[in-house]
Amino acid sequence: MKAAIIVFPGSNCDRDIKVALECSIGAKPEMVWHGDSGLPKCDLIVLPGGFSYGDYLRSGAMAANSPIMREVIEATRRGTRLLAICNGFQIATEAGLLPGILMPNASLKFICRNVLLKVESVKSDFTINYSKGDVITMPIAHRDGNYFAPPKELEYLEQNNLVAFRYCDSTGRPTTKANPNGSAGNIAGILNEEKNILGMMPHPERVVDSRLGGLDGKVMFECLLQQLS
Amino acid sequence: MKARIIISLKAGVLDPQGKAIQTSLHDLDFHTVNNVRQGKCIELNIDEENEELALKNLRRMCEKLLANTVIEDYSIEILD
Amino acid sequence: MQNFKTSNIRAEAEIIAAHGLSEQEYNLIVKRLGRNPNITELGIFSVMWSEHCSYKSSKIWLKTLPVDAPWVICGPGENAGVIDIGDEQAAVFKMESHNHPSFIEPYQGAATGVGGILRDIFTMGARPIANMNSLRFGDITHHKTRHLVSGVVSGIGGYGNCIGIPTIGGECNFHQAYDGNILVNAMTVGIADKQKIFYSAAAAVGFPVVYVGSKTGRDGIHGATMASSEFGHDSEEKRPTVQVGDPFTEKLVLEACLELMETDAILAIQDMGAAGLTCSSVEMASKGNTGIELHLDCIPTREPGMTPYEIMLSESQERMLMVLKPGSETNARKIFNKWQVDFEIVGKITNTKRMVLKQNDSIIGDIPISPLVDDAPILERPYQLQEIPKPILKLEFDKDNESLFGTLTKLISSPNLCSKRWIWEQYDHMVMADTIAQPGEDASIVRIHGTNKALAIATDCTPRYCASHPETGGAQAVAETWRNLTAVGATPLAITDCLNFGNPERPDIMGQFVGCIKGMSQACQSLNYPVVSGNVSFYNETNGESIMPTPTIGGVGLISDIDNIAKTSFAKTDEQIILIGETRGHLHTSMYANEILGREDGPPPPINLDQERKNGNFVRSLIQNGNIKTCHDISDGGLLVAIAEMSLAALKEGRQIGATIYMPTDNIPPVNWFFGEDQSRYIVCANTDKTDNLIEEAEKQSVSTRVIGFTDSSTLTLRNSDAISIDEIMQAYESWFPAFMKD
Repeated sequence: MKAAIIVFPGSNCDRDIKVALECSIGAKPEMVWHGDSGLPKCDLIVLPGGFSYGDYLRSGAMAANSPIMREVIEATRRGTRLLAICNGFQIATEAGLLPGILMPNASLKFICRNVLLKVESVKSDFTINYSKGDVITMPIAHRDGNYFAPPKELEYLEQNNLVAFRYCDSTGRPTTKANPNGSAGNIAGILNEEKNILGMMPHPERVVDSRLGGLDGKVMFECLLQQLS
Repeated sequence: MKARIIISLKAGVLDPQGKAIQTSLHDLDFHTVNNVRQGKCIELNIDEENEELALKNLRRMCEKLLANTVIEDYSIEILD
Repeated sequence: MQNFKTSNIRAEAEIIAAHGLSEQEYNLIVKRLGRNPNITELGIFSVMWSEHCSYKSSKIWLKTLPVDAPWVICGPGENAGVIDIGDEQAAVFKMESHNHPSFIEPYQGAATGVGGILRDIFTMGARPIANMNSLRFGDITHHKTRHLVSGVVSGIGGYGNCIGIPTIGGECNFHQAYDGNILVNAMTVGIADKQKIFYSAAAAVGFPVVYVGSKTGRDGIHGATMASSEFGHDSEEKRPTVQVGDPFTEKLVLEACLELMETDAILAIQDMGAAGLTCSSVEMASKGNTGIELHLDCIPTREPGMTPYEIMLSESQERMLMVLKPGSETNARKIFNKWQVDFEIVGKITNTKRMVLKQNDSIIGDIPISPLVDDAPILERPYQLQEIPKPILKLEFDKDNESLFGTLTKLISSPNLCSKRWIWEQYDHMVMADTIAQPGEDASIVRIHGTNKALAIATDCTPRYCASHPETGGAQAVAETWRNLTAVGATPLAITDCLNFGNPERPDIMGQFVGCIKGMSQACQSLNYPVVSGNVSFYNETNGESIMPTPTIGGVGLISDIDNIAKTSFAKTDEQIILIGETRGHLHTSMYANEILGREDGPPPPINLDQERKNGNFVRSLIQNGNIKTCHDISDGGLLVAIAEMSLAALKEGRQIGATIYMPTDNIPPVNWFFGEDQSRYIVCANTDKTDNLIEEAEKQSVSTRVIGFTDSSTLTLRNSDAISIDEIMQAYESWFPAFMKD
C-alpha cells in the first residue's frame, strides 16, 4: 500500500501520521511538500492535522487553495482514498471534497482530551474492521471542530449513512454532554458519497500504542492496509 | 485603489463569539444591545484603475478564498 | 538626528533617566567611547546594561551556583543548557519569564514568552519536544485575576498549539502577593544530536551575518527596560511596548533553521529576544572575540521610515541572526525561500572588536563590543538575610470538631490544590505523539522519539516557604523537582531556573534573592543536580508591594526504560500502602495552615538534603527495578491529600480504588499527621508479600518506612471509621476551577 502525506506550511501532525503508519502497518509513506507539483501515484493520501497557514482567515482555507490540492482532488475522483484528519478535515471541507464546514468550538476554547466515538458506518475501507456501534476512544485537539452543514446536507449525510463517527457516552448514546464542541448531530467524522474520503476531527494516529493512549487508531490503519493491498 | 471587504455570518448561523460579546456588553450594563454578530474586515490595495474590473476580481477573491459561502456573506466597498 | 561625526553633546538628564541609566553609568559610556553617545548608541547601551540583559544585580550570586557534572555539555551562558542523555543525544532546555508583558497584555505577553523560549532551544540545533509553564496569579477575589488567567492560558495555548509542540505540564498558583505582578515562567525542552549543538560565538572574521524571520517593526521597543522597572499607576500606558507573536511564522522559521542545520552552513546562530538585534549581534561578536558590522538598510522592515534606534531596539518576534560559512548563502537562501521566510545578508563579522552600524554607506554608530558586555555594571547590592522564624508556640487547631475528611475536601477543592484540567485541556499535550501520561502526574514524561527512553520534566516552587525562610525555600524548590522526577522513576540530571523577585535595590529583597540562591546551591550540590541555564526577573513589585520570593525550578531527568515508570494512580486493591520518609507533623506554612487556619507565619518545613538523597535513591531503585509501579511524592496538603490524589488518579483511569488508612500511633495529633508538610516523603504501593523485603531494604539504606494502610474499594476510610467516597472527592477536586472561570 502506497501512501502520501501532504505537508503544508504549518502542518504539525505529518510526522505523527507517518510514524503511525510505519509502526502499525509497516507502510513507508512519502512526504509531499504542498509546493511541489507531481503527486506520486498512491493508494492513500493523507491530509494531516496541524495549523496550516496558522489557521489564519479560516482553518484550512488557504491550504485548500494550494496548487497540490488540484492534484489531490483529481486523485480522489479516480478513486484514491483520502484520509483527512483534523486540520485535514478542515482543508477537505474548504476544498469542497466534503460537505459542511468546521466552525469554532461552542466553548470558544481549544480542547485537547480523549473522547468516546461511536462507529456509525463500517461500509468503508477506513472502518471495515470495526463493528457498527463499537464505542472507541480517540483524542481530539482542536479549536475549530464544530461541524456545521445546512439542514438539507445534514439530512443527506444521515440518510445515506455517511456519518462515520459520532461523539457519544460510554453506552454509545450521542448525548449533549458527550459532544465536546457543539457539532451538529454529534458528528465527529464523515464520508463522501463514494466512501473513498474520510474526514474526521479526532486523531487516530495518536492511538497506535497501548502505552500512549490505546490502539483504536491502529484498527483503522489495519483496515486500510487490508483493503488497499 | 483601496477596497474594504466585510465578511459576515449568514443569518441563522450560530455565532458563539457574537453571543459571548453580547453577554460581556450586558455585564458592562449595556442592556439595550442585542443580536450581536461578529464578522471580519479585510482591507487591501488593488493595482487596478478600472473600478468595474477591480470589483469583478474582488468578488472572485471573496468567492474563492476570503469568504466561505456556506456560512458567510460578503460586501465590497471601494474606498478612495 | 544628531550628526554622528561632529556633534558631541551630553544627553539631557531626562533622556538618560528615560533609558534607565544612572548618571554614573552614562559617564562610564562617555569614557569608553571617548565622546558622548548618539541616541542610537545610547539606546544600545541602555538595553545591554539593563537588568534584564546584563543581570547586573544577580551576576555575582549566580556565579555561586553549582553548574558542573559529567553529563553537562554546556552550562549557563549560552541560549540554553545542554546535557548528555546517552546514545549520542543531548537534551537542551531553559526556562524564562515574561511577567511584566503578561500583566499588561496577558494573551500576547504569555504567547510571546512561549515563542521566545522556543527560539532559545532551537537556536542550539534542538527540536523542541515539550513545553511546561509555571504560573502565579493574584488572589481569586482580585478583580483582574480571572481575566489574566483566561488571557495567559489562551496565549500559551494559542502559541504552543499552533507551532505544534506539546505543552505537557506545569503549575498554577494563586496568592494575593501576585495581585499586581503575575508570574508567567515558560520552559522548553528539546533534543539534539550531541555532535551538532550550535553556539552563538561568531569567531570567524569576514563571514556573512544573515537575518532570517519576521520583518522588523516597532514592537516592544524598550521591552527590556520595561521589564527592569517597577509598575506604577501608569503601567496601562505602557501597552505599546508589548510584542505581538506569530506562531505560524515561528513554525516556518523553526523548520527552516532545523533544515539548514542539517548542512554545515552555520557557524553561529542566535535568536533575537530581549533587546532584539542589538543583544544578539553584540553577544555573537563578544563570544567570538570579534567585531560586527551591520547594514541597517538591509534589515527587512515592515514599517516605513524606521530609525536606526528603532531598528536596533525593536523586539519584533520570530527573528534569528546567523553567521554562515561563505559560499553557503545561496543554498541557505533556497531553504528559507521554500519556507517563505525572509532571508537577508545584513553584515559581516570583522576583526575590529567593535559594533559598527551603517546606513546608506555612512557610519551611524560605532561602539567597542567589550564595554557593552564585559563592562556592564556588576553591582554588589547590600542585602539582609532573614532568620528562620520561630515556631508559633501554640498553633490553634480550632477546627477540632471538623472531620479530617471535611478538611480534606476543603483543601482539595481550594484554588491551589484543585484540578487544573480547565487549563491543560486548552493545551495540545499530545501532538508529536510521544507524551506518556496526561498532565497531573508528579512529573511530565515525554518519550525520546524513536527510542524506549524518555525525559521526565518537573517545575516547582513553594513561595510561601521562601517567604518564610528564603534559604530553606530555595533548597526545597530544587529538592521538590528532584523528588518529582524520582517519583516517576527518572534519574534527575540538571535544572534550569527562573528566579522571580521584587526590587533588588531593597536590602530585604536582595536578601531573599541571596538566601534562595544559597539554598539552591546546597541542594544542587547535595543532590548532584547542577544548574545549566536560567533567567532572573527582578522588579516584580507594584507600588512598593513585592511578590513572594519565587525561585521557580525546572528539573529534567532521564528514564532509561519507559516500561519501568511509576504512576500516581492506585493500581489495584489489597496492596499495602507504604510511607517512605519520616513524619514529624510540620504544620507551619502548610496549605492546612493557610487555607484552614488562615495563617502564614512560622518556619517552613526543614529539609535534610542527606536524607532527601537517601530516600529518593531508594524509591528510584524500587521503580527502576520494576518492584513498584505506584508512587506519589507528598507535597502541598500533606499525606491525606496525596492519598486522595492517588485515588483520584485511579478514578480518571476508570478504576474505583480507595484506601483504608491507619490512624497515627506516635504522639502526633491526627491533623499534623495527615496534613503536615514534612519533606522528602513518598507513598508507594506494594503487594503484601513484597512489603517485608522492601522495609528491610529501606532499613539497610537508612530510609524510614511505615505501612500506613492498604488499598481497597471505592471509599477512603480512616480506622477511626470516618469515610468519604472517592466520587465525592472527585466532585470537590474537579468543580472549583471551572466554576471560578464561570464556565
